[in-house]
Amino acid sequence: MEDVLRASGKMMDKLINDAARAIIAEADHLTALDQAIGDGDHGINMKRGMEAVLAEVPKLAGKPPGEVLKAIGMQLVMKVGGASGPLFGTLAMEFGKGLPSHPTRADITRAFAAAVAAVAARGKAEQGQKTMLDVLIPVSEALNAGASAVEVKAIALAAANATIPVKATRGRASFLGERSVGHMDPGSWSSAMIITAICNRLGDKS
Amino acid sequence: MNPTVNKPVDAMNQPSNPAAANVGIVIVSHSPKIAEGTADMVRQMVGDSVPLAYTGGNPDGALGTSVEAIMGAISAAWSEAGVAVLVDLGGAETNSEMAIEFMPDERRSRIVVCNAPLVEGAVIAATESSGGSTLEVVRRTAEELSS
Repeated sequence: MEDVLRASGKMMDKLINDAARAIIAEADHLTALDQAIGDGDHGINMKRGMEAVLAEVPKLAGKPPGEVLKAIGMQLVMKVGGASGPLFGTLAMEFGKGLPSHPTRADITRAFAAAVAAVAARGKAEQGQKTMLDVLIPVSEALNAGASAVEVKAIALAAANATIPVKATRGRASFLGERSVGHMDPGSWSSAMIITAICNRLGDKS
Repeated sequence: MNPTVNKPVDAMNQPSNPAAANVGIVIVSHSPKIAEGTADMVRQMVGDSVPLAYTGGNPDGALGTSVEAIMGAISAAWSEAGVAVLVDLGGAETNSEMAIEFMPDERRSRIVVCNAPLVEGAVIAATESSGGSTLEVVRRTAEELSS
């Protein structure tokens, strides 16, 4: 994974473009998921944020990966317009803060774990409450355990699906109590979509 | 359409007015109409005696909140005594906390998000502020509504 990031600054652009386009393509589905157990704005909000990210990427050419992540995190914070903005924005910004200019796999693993902890603090949430943390934490653990991109992707998708039977105790879905059971958490799905896009690009090169 | 942010013509630019010494109140709702209506209720109660600003709506003006607009509202209601922010639902709180982190260092410690219902909290916080109470007392009074 680090070799890929080292090989070319353009790889960061590609990863971000892939992740942004995956969310934009998935916007209607994300909205449908959010209409079931939330306020129904997750898809459009994330789409707005990712469109701002796409507009920002060309301005970041040649910058180190950490700087790129911080800049796109700021776009998400400013443009998403829901709690997802600060949450996904914090993930990107804190991830970026922890990366040296030529990150190794160990750097990426450590920085991602710190970023996930920052998301938990920002959202005052923990694993098992039917939030994006239910995907991010297993992914962080998989990175730490040395998982390949293919394995990380599988873990992310399985973790998102595993939110379906969970009763929400944090976020807007928690208002529904038992009625949140049987629906996938939209933030978990958008997290899984971003991770899938990145892992697809990295392929088995990790 | 941009999120609603009023730029209140309050006493902040008039040092002779005691309002500038009172804790500022910021109202953050997902709904521009609720934000504006809540501000109307606050004004009816305290007149121009406290710096007041409100914002509602996401960066496109639809239901939601905007970090940038919240930062603007905090600046508009700024008082050296600090600013109490009243919010409605989850994202309004998260975005307000984010906005506070982006404020200048010397102001950040004087901005609090009150754990209180929006309308009642804003009215009681403003009433407390209008009597010259400190930020901590304003906050505590609003938060007593939730206890």
